[in-house]
Amino acid sequence: MIILWTDALIFLLIAVILMLGFYLRGKEYIKRPLQQIARSKVGMVSLTVLIFFVLIGLLDSIHFKPSEDGRSNEIISALDYWATPLREHGEKTYSAPFASYLYSKEMMMLADGTEQWGYPRLQFGGAHLADPETEQVPDILKKALYGWIQGASLVVFFMILLGSLLREPHKRLIVSPTAKAVWTVVFLIVSINYMLVYLSTYYHVFGTDKVGEDVFYQAIKSIRTGLVIGTLTTLVMLPMALLFGILAGFFRGWVDDVIQYVYTTLNSIPSVLLIAASILMVQVYMAAHEEAFTSVIVRADMRLLFLCLILGVTSWTGLCRLLRAETLKLREMEYVQAAQALGVRRRVILLRHILPNVMHIVLISVVLDFSSLVLAEAVLSYINIGVDPTTYSWGNMINGARLEMAREPVVWWSLAASFVFMFALVLAANLFADTVRDAFDPRRGAYE
Amino acid sequence: MTQYIIRRILYAFPLLMGVNILTFVLFFVVNSPDDMARMQLGQKHVTEKAVENWKQQRGYDLPLLWNGKAEGEEKLTRTIFYQKSVGLFLFRFGVSDSGRNISADIQQRMWPSLAVALPTLIVGLLVNISFALMMVLFRNSYLEHAGVVLCVILMSVSSLFYIIGGQFLIGKLLRLVPISGYDGGLSALKFLILPVLIGVFSGIGSGVRWYRTLFLEEVEKDYVRTARAKGLTETRTLFRHVLKNAMIPILTGVVVVLPLLFMGSLIMESFFSIPGLGSYTIDAINSQDFAIVRAMVFLGSVLYVIGLLLTDISYTLVDPRVRLS
Amino acid sequence: MFSLFSMKMHIDQSRTLVLILLTVLLSACVGSELNNPYAQEEGGQSVLYESFSERPKHLDPAVAYSSNEYAFIAQIYEPPYQYHYLKRPYELTPLTATGMPEIEYLNSKGEKLASTANDSDIAYTDYLLEIQPGIRYQPHPILAKDAQGEYIYHHLTGEQIDRLGSLQDLPETGSRELTAEDYVYQIKRLAHPKIQSPIAELMKNYIIGFDDFSKQVANKQKFEIKDISMTGVTALSPYKYRIRIKGKYPQFIFWLAMPFFSPMPWEADVFYEQPGLNDKNITLDWFPIGTGPYLLAENNPNRRMILQRNPLFHPETYPSEGEPGDKEKGLLADAGKQLPFIDKVVYMLEKETIPYWNKFLQGYYDASGIASDNFDQAIQFTGSGAATLTEAMKEKGIQLETAVTTSIFYLGFNMLDATVGGDSEKARKLRQAIAIAVDYEEYIAIFANGRGVAAQGLIPPGIYGHAEGKDGINPYVYDWVNGKAQRKNIEVAKRLMAEAGYQGGVDPKTRQALILYFDTTSVSIDDRPRMNWYRKQFEKLGIKLVIRGTDYNRFQQKMRDGNAQIFFWGWNADYPDPENFFFLLYGPNAKVAHGGENAGNYQNPEFDRLFEQMRNMGNGEQRYRIIQNLQELVRRDAPWVFGFHPKSFSLYHGWYKNLKPNLMANNQLKYTRIDTAERAEKRAEWNKPVYWPLLIAFVVFVLLLIPAILAYRRRIRETIQ
Repeated sequence: MIILWTDALIFLLIAVILMLGFYLRGKEYIKRPLQQIARSKVGMVSLTVLIFFVLIGLLDSIHFKPSEDGRSNEIISALDYWATPLREHGEKTYSAPFASYLYSKEMMMLADGTEQWGYPRLQFGGAHLADPETEQVPDILKKALYGWIQGASLVVFFMILLGSLLREPHKRLIVSPTAKAVWTVVFLIVSINYMLVYLSTYYHVFGTDKVGEDVFYQAIKSIRTGLVIGTLTTLVMLPMALLFGILAGFFRGWVDDVIQYVYTTLNSIPSVLLIAASILMVQVYMAAHEEAFTSVIVRADMRLLFLCLILGVTSWTGLCRLLRAETLKLREMEYVQAAQALGVRRRVILLRHILPNVMHIVLISVVLDFSSLVLAEAVLSYINIGVDPTTYSWGNMINGARLEMAREPVVWWSLAASFVFMFALVLAANLFADTVRDAFDPRRGAYE
Repeated sequence: MTQYIIRRILYAFPLLMGVNILTFVLFFVVNSPDDMARMQLGQKHVTEKAVENWKQQRGYDLPLLWNGKAEGEEKLTRTIFYQKSVGLFLFRFGVSDSGRNISADIQQRMWPSLAVALPTLIVGLLVNISFALMMVLFRNSYLEHAGVVLCVILMSVSSLFYIIGGQFLIGKLLRLVPISGYDGGLSALKFLILPVLIGVFSGIGSGVRWYRTLFLEEVEKDYVRTARAKGLTETRTLFRHVLKNAMIPILTGVVVVLPLLFMGSLIMESFFSIPGLGSYTIDAINSQDFAIVRAMVFLGSVLYVIGLLLTDISYTLVDPRVRLS
Repeated sequence: MFSLFSMKMHIDQSRTLVLILLTVLLSACVGSELNNPYAQEEGGQSVLYESFSERPKHLDPAVAYSSNEYAFIAQIYEPPYQYHYLKRPYELTPLTATGMPEIEYLNSKGEKLASTANDSDIAYTDYLLEIQPGIRYQPHPILAKDAQGEYIYHHLTGEQIDRLGSLQDLPETGSRELTAEDYVYQIKRLAHPKIQSPIAELMKNYIIGFDDFSKQVANKQKFEIKDISMTGVTALSPYKYRIRIKGKYPQFIFWLAMPFFSPMPWEADVFYEQPGLNDKNITLDWFPIGTGPYLLAENNPNRRMILQRNPLFHPETYPSEGEPGDKEKGLLADAGKQLPFIDKVVYMLEKETIPYWNKFLQGYYDASGIASDNFDQAIQFTGSGAATLTEAMKEKGIQLETAVTTSIFYLGFNMLDATVGGDSEKARKLRQAIAIAVDYEEYIAIFANGRGVAAQGLIPPGIYGHAEGKDGINPYVYDWVNGKAQRKNIEVAKRLMAEAGYQGGVDPKTRQALILYFDTTSVSIDDRPRMNWYRKQFEKLGIKLVIRGTDYNRFQQKMRDGNAQIFFWGWNADYPDPENFFFLLYGPNAKVAHGGENAGNYQNPEFDRLFEQMRNMGNGEQRYRIIQNLQELVRRDAPWVFGFHPKSFSLYHGWYKNLKPNLMANNQLKYTRIDTAERAEKRAEWNKPVYWPLLIAFVVFVLLLIPAILAYRRRIRETIQ
C-alpha cells in the first residue's frame, strides 16, 4: 500500500469529520438543523448522490503497487484494480460510444492480401460480435437489460434484507417519504451503474478518446480530482480563516490591523495570476528535485496538492472577513461580556462561546465553496495552470475536447461524459448546500 | 470626506507594497534572469554573451535585493527590486521581456476588454434583476420553484460548456456571427454579441439567486407589509420599496467590480480572440513574460483598491446615514 | 430614480427580442454574410487573408530567425539571392544581384589562386557581388527629406515624439536608391553586440574582421558603425561589394539568400535611436523598411498586420521556366508578368485552431494547414496509399499541396549518460534495440495522420545525399521486404537487449525493470497521449520510461549541463545542404563541451574526419559516397533514433493560384495570385445564415411568457381582493 500526499490528507479529513461528528453527537443546537436536513427530500437525495461520488473517490484514493516483484513501478488505486479491463482495453484512436468500428478510416490489410481504406474493427469494443451491423443493437439492449436486472435485484435483495433485520422503531428509515426518495435514488444509481459497468466490459459506453483510452474510465477517475480540490482546499483554508477571523474580531486593535492588511493584500491580487505564479514555482521546484518524483502519479499528486494549497490561500479571505464581522458582533453579546467580567480566560471564551457560535457560517461557506471549486478546476486547467496534464480531471477532458468539437464529424462524447459527471456532482453539491444553508442559517427558514 | 479619501489613498501604499513584494518573491524564486533571457532569445545559436546583453538591456543585470558593490544608498537602489518597483509605482511599466513597451500595449488593449466586460455587466445586471424581481413577484408559485431549479441547473454547468456550446451553435451551425475576432469602432458590435450573450447567460444562475435573496429579505421587512396593508399593489410595492432599498447592496456590489472590468475576462477573451488585457495576461503567463505579469498584477491591485474606495464613497451617496470618518 | 428603473423593467421584458432584432438589422447593413469577420471593404483590390498565431517578436532582419517572423520580413526585405520558385532541386537565383557572385580563392598571403586550388591552400575566399542599379526603398518617413535635402524626421523634439501614436503619424515619406553600402551596413549590424543577432557567433568564425569589429563597436551607438569599417566587408562601388571569408565555405552562398543579409539603410538606425521612440513601440522591430514587393502598412500585433504592395518595387517578373510538368499544372501561365499580383495581405491574429479552421471552411481564410483533429474531414487515402481530399473538400474546390519538409525530428540519446551513452557495445546495443522498438511509423499514423516519412538516417528527401530505395534504408532498424522498408521484428530488439545484458528489460544492478528518463517540454494536456505512447514503446522492451516534463528553460539548462538522458528534438534546415544536418553530430559542436548544436554530445573521430572532408566539397560522386559512409556510422552508433521527416499538408481554396510548395523560399507571396470574384461568390454561397432556430426560440419565449402573464394577473387580482 502506498499513501500519496493527497490520500493522507483525505484520510485526515475523514478522521476530522468523524471526530467532529462524535464531539457534536447529541448536542441540541446541531441536532435540530440536522433533523431539518434529514426531513428535506432534495437534501437527502443529493446527499446520497454525493456519498456515491465520495465512495468512488475513496476507492480511488487507496493506492498500491499491483505486483511486488518490482517488475513495474506502476502505482494503481483500488478503483484501477477493479476497472482493470476498462483501463487495459485501449483502442487505437477515437471510437464512438457503443461502436464496434473505429471512428476514423485507415489502411487495412484484407484477408486476401489487398489493402483497403476503411473503418477497422475495434480491438475490444464489440469484439464479441460476428456481424456488428445486424447484431449490435439487439445485443446492446439485451446486455443492458441483463445488467440492469442484475443490479436491480442486488439492491432489492439488500433492501429486503435490511427491512427484515430492522426492528420496529427503526422502520421509518424505510417508510418515511424522505427515505422512500432516498431508496429510489439508491436503486436507480446502483442498478444503472451496474448496468454501465456490465456493458463496459463489452463496449466502450462513452467511446474512446484520441489515443483510444476509454472515456468512461477517464470520467470516473476524474471524480477523485474534483473531490480532492473541493474538499482539501477547504481543509487548507479553514484553519487560517478561523484563526485569523476570530482573532481579528475578538482582539481588535493591532491584531485586527495586521490581519486586515494581510487579507486585503492577498485579496487585491487577481487570484488567477497568483495561482499561475505559484504553479510555475511548483513546476520549477519539481524540475529541480526530480529524484523525489520518479513516478508520474507522485508528480501529478504533488501538483494537485499544491493547487489545493494555493486555492486555499486565495480563498480563505472571504470566510475570514465573514468570521471577523460575526465575532465583532458576538463579543458585544451579553453572555460574552458577562464571561469577560467574570474573569474567564480569553482562550476559554474563544473556544466556548465564540467558536461554536460561528460554526454555522463555516459550515455554510464550506458547502457553498465546494461546487465553485470543482468548477474552478476546469477553468484553471484550460489556461494550463490547473492540475497536472497527466491527472484525470474534467477540466483536462474539456480542454482536450475543445479541439474535437471542430472535427467533422464531431467527437462529442468526451465533452458529453465530462459534462454529465461534472454536472451531476456540482448539481448535487449545490442542492445539498442549499439545504444545509436553509437548515443552519438562523435568518432563513422564516420564509422558506 | 476629502480627508477620508486621502487617508484611504495613503493606506493603499503599504498594500501595494505588499503586493509588489509578494509577486517579486514569487517570480524570482521561480525564474532567474538568466532563464528569462534564454526563454526570450529563442532556440538557435544562443550564447552566454547574448544572455548577458539581453539582461543588460532589460535591466536584469543587477543583484536582486542588495547590491554589495554599490556605494551608500545605491546599495538599495541599484537592485532589480528597487528599479522595477519604482517603475510600477510611477505607472511606468517599462519594456516586456519580449521587447514591447507595456504601458503602450495596456493603453491599447484596455478598450477591447472594456467593450466586452461593460456590456456583459450591464446587460447581466438588468437580466438578473428583472428575473429575480419576477421570481419574487411570483413567490410561492410553481413559477418560482421552476425558476429556482433552473437557476441551480444553470449554476451547475461549467462556464466552459457555455462558451464551447455557444460558439459551436451560433457561430458554426447557424453562421449568425463571426466565430471570433475583433474590430475597432462600431464594427466591433458583431464580434461582441456572442461573448456578451454567453457572459450574461453563464452568470444568470448565480446572479438571479443572489438578487432573489436580497429582494426576499427586503420583502419580509415590516415596512413592506405596511405598504401592502396600505393597499399598494404588489408591483408598486416591489418597485417603489423593495427595489429601491435593495439598490444599496446591488450598487455597492457593482461599484467594487467596476474598475476591475478593465482587466477583462481571461477565458472569454482568449476563446474569442479579443485583443484585450485578459488575453494579454494569458499570453504572458504562457510565454512566461514576467514583466507583463508583474505589471498586470500591480494594475489589478490598484484597480481593486480604487474599487474599495469607490464602494465606500457610494455608500455615503446612496445611504445618507453612513458617514465616512 | 423610481421612474427610471421601472422603465428599464419594461424594456427588459422584451430585451431578448430587441437584441435579436438588433443583431439581424445591424449585420444586415454590414453585408450579406453575417459572420464575415472583416469589417473593411476590399474596394476592388486583390486582398489575401492569412493569419498568424503568435505575434512575431522581431522584424529586424538582423535578429529575426523564426518562420513566423520570416513570413513577414521575407516579403519586405530583399537579400541578394533567392531560391527559384519553381525549379527543383532547390536552386539559387539572383534577387537584387545582377548575377551569381564571383568567387575568388586567396592564399594566406592574399594572392589569388586558381579555382581548382587545393583546399588546404585556400586561406580566404572572396565573394564579389554586384547589385542591380535603380532599385528603390519603399516610401518611408525615415527617408523623408525637405526641400534643402535635410532629413525631416531625424531630429524629432520630445514634444513631437510625445504626440506620436504610430509611425503613420509622420505624414512625409521619402525613398532613395539601394546601394551596396546598405548591404555592407547590414553585415556590420550583425556584428554589433547591441543588436544581438543570433548568427553573430556563427559568422564570427567565417567573415574576416567580424569579431574585431564587434569588439571595437561594443560601446558605440548603433548608427555610429556606419563610418567604421570591417576588414572583410567592403563596398567597392555604389553597386558592388565584397565579402571575404576564412578558408573555403561553399555553403556561405546560402546565407546570402537569408534575410540576415538584406540591405539596411543607415538612416533607419539614426531615426529609431531617437530617445522616446522606443517607449512608443516605434522601433525597427515593428516598422521595417525594405526594398521588397510589400511594405508593412499596419502593424498591430495584438490584432492584425497588413502588408501593402510597395509602389516603388523594382521590375521583377514571374519565372518563365520551371520543373517538367509545371506548365501542365498552369504554373507558367503568368510567366513574364510583373510581380507581385496581390495588392494587400491581411494577417489576422488567430490563436485557436477551431475558429481558424471554421473560418477557412467559410472562405474567410485563403489557406490553411490541417490540424490532426480536422484531418479526417479533409483528407482520405486511396487504395494505393496516396492522400487525396475528401468529397466534401473537393466540392468546395479546395486544393491540397503536400511536401516532405527539409527537417527531422529525432529521439536523441545523451552520449555522456552512463546508461544509454558512450561508445561501449552494451550501450550501443541498447540504443539499437530502442531504435527498433520505438515505432515511428505508428507515431506518424496516430499523431500526424500519416503526414510524415519515417527517417532512415539524418538527411531528409530533397537534400543532396539522400538515398532512395534499398540503399537508403537503415539496416540496423529495417529490412528490405517486398520492395519496402519494414521495421525489424520486436524480437530482434529483445535479443539485442539480452545481448546488452538487460534480459527482458531487467537491469542487473537493481534487479528491477530498467528505468530510463525521457526529458521533454511537452507538459500540456494535448501532449499526454504522445507521452503515453512513448511509455508503451519502451514497455515493449520491458523498460520503464519516466517522463520528466519541464519548461523550455529548464530543458535547455539540462541539455547544456548534459543532465538529460533521452530527449526529443527537431532540426529544420537553414539551407539545402547535407552539411546543415551532419554538423548536428559533429564532435566539436558538442553541446556540453562547446555549447554547439550537437545536443546529444556524440563524439566519433571517424565521423568528424569524414565530415570535415565532406563539408567543403562540391556535390558529386565522391561527396555522395562520403555521405553514405557518414550515414552508416550514425546508423550503427545510433546516437539518435531517427524519427521522421514531417510532411506538410496545406489546403488552399480554388481561387488561390500559382501554388507550388517551396520549403526554402519564404517570399512566395509575390508569386501568388487570387481570383477575387470567385472568392466573393463562394463566400456568399457558403455563409447563408440560418434564421429558423431564432424564430423557434422566439416562439418558445412567447409561449413561456403566457403563463407568466396569467399568473401575474391572478396575483394582482388576489392582492386587490
